[in-house]
Amino acid sequence: MVKTTVPRDEYMMQGHVACQGCGATIAMRYVLKALGDNTIMTIPACCWAVIPGVWPQHSLKVPLLYTAFEVTGAALSGIEAALKAKGQDDEINVLGFAGDGGTADIGLQALSGMAERGTNALYVMYDNEAYMNTGIQRSGSTPFGAWTTTTPVGKKKEWKTEFKKSVAEIMVAHRIPYVATASIAFPEDLYAKVQKAKSIKGPKFIQIFSSCPTGWKHSPDITVEVARKAVLSHMFPLYEVENGVYKISQKPKPIPVKEYLKLQGRFRYLDEEAIEKIQEHVDREWELLLKKEEFTQSL
Amino acid sequence: MKLTLTGNQSNAWGVKLARVQVVAAYPITPQTTIVEELAEFAANGELDTQYIKVESEHSAMAAVIAAENTGVRTYTASSSHGLALMHEMLHWAAGARLPIVMGAVNRAMGPPWNIWADHTDTISQRDTGWMQFYVESNQEVLDTIIQAYKVAESKDVMLPAMAIEDAFILSHTVETVEIPDQELVDEFLPPYDPPEYLNPKDPKGFGSLVMPDFYMEFRYLMYKAQEAARKRIREVTKEYAEIFGRDYHGLVEEYRTEDADVVMVGAGTMISTARDVVDKLRSEGHKIGLVKLRVFRPFPYEEIQEIAKRVEVMGVMDRSFTHGYGGAMFNEVKAAVYNTDARPKMKNYLIGIGGRDVTAKMLEDTFRNALKVREHGLDEEIMWVDLKGGE
Ligand SMILES: Cc1ncc(C[n+]2csc(CCOP(=O)(O)OP(=O)(O)O)c2C)c(N)n1
Repeated sequence: MVKTTVPRDEYMMQGHVACQGCGATIAMRYVLKALGDNTIMTIPACCWAVIPGVWPQHSLKVPLLYTAFEVTGAALSGIEAALKAKGQDDEINVLGFAGDGGTADIGLQALSGMAERGTNALYVMYDNEAYMNTGIQRSGSTPFGAWTTTTPVGKKKEWKTEFKKSVAEIMVAHRIPYVATASIAFPEDLYAKVQKAKSIKGPKFIQIFSSCPTGWKHSPDITVEVARKAVLSHMFPLYEVENGVYKISQKPKPIPVKEYLKLQGRFRYLDEEAIEKIQEHVDREWELLLKKEEFTQSL
Repeated sequence: MKLTLTGNQSNAWGVKLARVQVVAAYPITPQTTIVEELAEFAANGELDTQYIKVESEHSAMAAVIAAENTGVRTYTASSSHGLALMHEMLHWAAGARLPIVMGAVNRAMGPPWNIWADHTDTISQRDTGWMQFYVESNQEVLDTIIQAYKVAESKDVMLPAMAIEDAFILSHTVETVEIPDQELVDEFLPPYDPPEYLNPKDPKGFGSLVMPDFYMEFRYLMYKAQEAARKRIREVTKEYAEIFGRDYHGLVEEYRTEDADVVMVGAGTMISTARDVVDKLRSEGHKIGLVKLRVFRPFPYEEIQEIAKRVEVMGVMDRSFTHGYGGAMFNEVKAAVYNTDARPKMKNYLIGIGGRDVTAKMLEDTFRNALKVREHGLDEEIMWVDLKGGE
């Protein structure tokens, strides 16, 4: 794990309208600390399209282009092209900040296009594992076993029956120069990753695990604890992939996934069998990640 | 300089002369050759532009919106299904008050698949807030692109605009086109100077949440902008005529309507053929004239009302139709006249849909039908012209 000093400068001001204990605000705060104010940001429909404030208020110290739900990748290419036309593309950072639904589902095409086009921009997916803005519906990034309003748990135990889609791995397959996962519970690591992304030219992608007390049904004062336990249990491993080479950021001796799951109301219906299924999946994914690190080391 | 160009090449020449800084577009027949021509211009350095090769029309519009918001002049082009896919972002471009110009090459919507001239694709985008110019010739394509930027970028307008040409009849057909001098165009259309743009030195949010207490005012401002556009279009076409010698008469062009009892209203390429048909019927002594609806948004209600006062019959030819009740142009022409004292008979002719050739013979039959309405009154309100097995 990196040890670094995070600057005191703030680019997110008071007056935003996020829920109490919102993990996505922590993600934004550290991303902006690392990029600085010489940044143009675009945000699609998602919680963060509301959080900065209602017109004419604006609680961020960077210019922000709100855009439609599925177009973050395309908007990044547009901003980059305009900056190139003005000869400012080397001076100004271009940032996309989108939710997991806007990234894993409806915005995947535009994101893929932006990666393939080689757009020089950082795409941040803040991952709260569901469509939270519209009231907690499942997304492709919702984990197996989670309750959401579209995977309600009635008599038939119809929690989400599919595992989480790995957008980070999809981005690795695009052969872009930098892909990373990060967590709001490890701000120094998050800060260092955004700083590294800033120093690399081309498309960069960082998926930030951002717990959501409202949607995950945990108390707002344990947001960071929940996020930390996701990493410690290997539910959400932290790693980076630079030019195809995997590097796991930390390899904690894992705590059982149950320790993570039991903090959240969205998993409270799960029986032992389901928890066992999750544990097996997590162990297997971790093995796979270790192997990828091993295999790509010689590259 | 004179060149022989297809409508689509002429479109690309307009873009080049307007010194567009960012282009994003996705191919679709019959628009494709615009995209190809621009790629070529960019590749051989004739056009200093950033060309974004997007993966869909939806992304094309999203990308030019973002680029325009960053403070540069942008362009895109599409047709039919591509235009329909853009629909969400067309609203966005207008709502964000971005003076983007696009080339729209009219093509029918499927199913059944059909790639030929039909105005349904652009008519379906009527309510997005874009200005719409329906053009008649390859020359007008080029001239309209340049004029559209000038109107769109006017500080009291700041709305996007479509320069609309008919599939194949213009897009793939060669005509002689006069290319205006670059210096004159530069003088007519100075570099884009946006009042606001994404600027780290002056951080603002563009397009944020607006509550019901103010949303309506944002829409009212767009209404005022369309009103201002009406005036600007008249001024800009006049100024263009003075500098470049080609006059498109603002929003509506009248042909031999002076003493006409019957006028035919239409848009796009059918107008050229219709001019000849009017000449023929005039030579037979019929008092018939032609009205070219060059601009459909903003709707030229004042011009239409003024014409309606002078005539007994207005025949409106739509190369599209709105499912349920006649053509959009017919419905709007009729609506524009209602609150005046003028009471011409109005008849709708649905013609050339799905690329059916609008021949001189077909137009002559149609015009004679309108003359009959004058004599015998209105038989039916909506008539499908040249319908196989039809009435
Ligand atoms: C085309 C379109 N479809 C649906 C919506 C409605 N919508 C707005 S935000 C949202 C969910 C966003 O989820 P996510 O991207 O995960 O971000 P979060 O709200 O969780 O922060 C949806 C479905 C929309 N704005 N546009």
